[in-house]
Amino acid sequence: MSVTPAATSHASQPSGAAFIFKKALISAVVALVLFSLMIGVRTEAGNQGGLIYWTRFGDLAAMVGVVFGGSIIVELLRQWWGPVGTIRVVPPQVQATMAFAGRWLATALLVFTFLVPVIFYDQRYILDLGILVLTYVMLGWGLNVVVGLAGLLDLGYVAFYAVGAYSYALLATYFDLSFWVCLPLAGILAAFWGVLLGFPVLRLRGDYLAIVTLAFGEIIRLVIINWQSLTGGPNGVSGIPRPTLFGIPLDNSDNGLAAKLGIEFSPTHRIVFLFYLILAMALLTNWVTIRLRRLPIGRAWEALREDEVACRALGINTTTTKLTAFATGAMFGGLAGAFFATRQGFISPESFTFQESALVLAIVVLGGMGSQLGVALAALAMIGGFELFRGFDQYRMLVFGMAMVFLMIWRPRGLIGHRAPTVFLERSQAISSDLVKEGHG
Amino acid sequence: MSDNHILTVDHLMMRFGGIVAVNDLSFAAERGKITALIGPNGAGKTTVFNCITGFYRPSGGAIRLTHDDGRTIQLERLNDFRIAKRAKVARTFQNIRLFPGMTALENLMVAQHNALMRASGLTFLGLIGVPSWRSAERAAIDLARAWLTRVGLLDRADDAAGNLPYGDQRRLEIARAMCTEPALLCLDEPAAGLNARESGALNELLLSIRADQGTSILLIEHDMSVVMEISDHVVVMDYGVKIAEGTPQAVRDDPKVIAAYLGADEEEAIAVMESAT
Repeated sequence: MSVTPAATSHASQPSGAAFIFKKALISAVVALVLFSLMIGVRTEAGNQGGLIYWTRFGDLAAMVGVVFGGSIIVELLRQWWGPVGTIRVVPPQVQATMAFAGRWLATALLVFTFLVPVIFYDQRYILDLGILVLTYVMLGWGLNVVVGLAGLLDLGYVAFYAVGAYSYALLATYFDLSFWVCLPLAGILAAFWGVLLGFPVLRLRGDYLAIVTLAFGEIIRLVIINWQSLTGGPNGVSGIPRPTLFGIPLDNSDNGLAAKLGIEFSPTHRIVFLFYLILAMALLTNWVTIRLRRLPIGRAWEALREDEVACRALGINTTTTKLTAFATGAMFGGLAGAFFATRQGFISPESFTFQESALVLAIVVLGGMGSQLGVALAALAMIGGFELFRGFDQYRMLVFGMAMVFLMIWRPRGLIGHRAPTVFLERSQAISSDLVKEGHG
Repeated sequence: MSDNHILTVDHLMMRFGGIVAVNDLSFAAERGKITALIGPNGAGKTTVFNCITGFYRPSGGAIRLTHDDGRTIQLERLNDFRIAKRAKVARTFQNIRLFPGMTALENLMVAQHNALMRASGLTFLGLIGVPSWRSAERAAIDLARAWLTRVGLLDRADDAAGNLPYGDQRRLEIARAMCTEPALLCLDEPAAGLNARESGALNELLLSIRADQGTSILLIEHDMSVVMEISDHVVVMDYGVKIAEGTPQAVRDDPKVIAAYLGADEEEAIAVMESAT
């Protein structure tokens, strides 16, 4: 029978009505215990300052009922669209269509991104949002090298973002260097800091590595805050020069781009320029990463994620391999940082908190570690989606949390969990996420 | 005679705190021959392997590797990846250590890392795709294809290594070790978990590696059908010391070896042997 694999997996994972009912009942009991005091009893300070209370058993019963019903629905959904080993109710035609759409998704997305400034020329908000999303796409792709390919959990990625931003800001304001000179310098400096961080932490693995990188991120931020004579401390650096189109400023002056082209000046020119600038930088990151994956260094990163001991037995220098991963990721972070500084015109340590690191890491994990397209989609969903739900006000976080829960149920290894081989003889077939290791640092 | 030894283990000592895992072990492996290291469980065989391949640093003694050109390398002074890279010693593991999420072909490409790194100009030339890099990459794929053909896995080249059956994974691990083009191949229980037909195929593979590549092989094995059929020289260990050494036939008849395996006293074992003949 064709359903044998599904049937065997079901034997180990009970799925009958009794099982669903039992699970829902347990959820309901837990809800009852939790809500009995939170909802069931309402307390308030009375007129005389004494505590008065009254009961709301009706509301309590309703909540427990919702949890019971919700649990059944979630369990049913989970079994229908579950990730592995479960019967899929989606018909083959729909699956084929989705596979076709998936193949062209990257191309379509790229074409659309190129056209965004044309379509939304008058909508400054959309353009700004696009620039923000692309910045996070670039950061996600940069961190993807460290976390997704080399399997090194880095919680302090924002440190390199900060190094890049401050490199450009300080070099430009102190030495009057142009953006195009500072951009590679910012990348090199960030990569240098990546190597510097890499040396002491290479002995650590997994959770310990994560903690130390987290600390490193904080150290950089604290140094920036406290080194007031150089960085301006909490006041930040202001008056950072805007980028020029190879020497031609995009302003209202006589030798500005608009004047030279003989067109009317509009502030949107600069926004569009910034949009294409970050798009080019992000695509460069993507191109380099895709190339690196097919070079021995990229394969060594992935091999390191799979099995470090085997790598050593094959004569791979694990230390330098890890350092190059750190340095490459840091370099892209630094480039993104330099862009951030030139776009904002003002930077302060507040832009480089742990929350940024967590956000970028969430983008990489949600996208599916190692997948370039997944990271781009995740950045779009995390940053763009977050803006989309702005109208929901305080429910925004709730929607976000629910989306996370559903993703965990259906796609535990990220939006695009499978791995594409870097080289093949006959045909390239995607490798299931069950086989691909996440790495232990 | 000693000129033709590829590996010389000299008074090797390995202590873990108070436990002496390997005590004053000396033996030599001949060039172009298959040397087997056998002994009961816990005899210290894998510890010897880990010392030779740089995973442990020996507490005492010397391990010398002599290459074809007469170059001698003191293995106990190298560590970690340098043994595989400079001394050209490759190994496999008792519990298979492939890269499960990478394809069989990718596994063999990773094994050629050091050669490919040089060819790609430490990545920089490879990044811009210079022709010399492209031809080096094609040569690497051809070498991988040749080894996949040798171990009978060519049709599964694009499958994830973790998806291959157990016996195929064992052969792929040997192919991966051979892709580093080693002078000495160390195999830790290559026949473990294989059925009679598969271990027969393994014997043929190892014999063909010795004949065609001229690679010297050092193996740990429990499967006596493998040891007796293909080894040129057998070293027997028990409790961290060498108890016997010689041709497979001589070792099989050694009362000390029988005693070690059957757990009997020496006199008893001799009595058993004599009563049997």
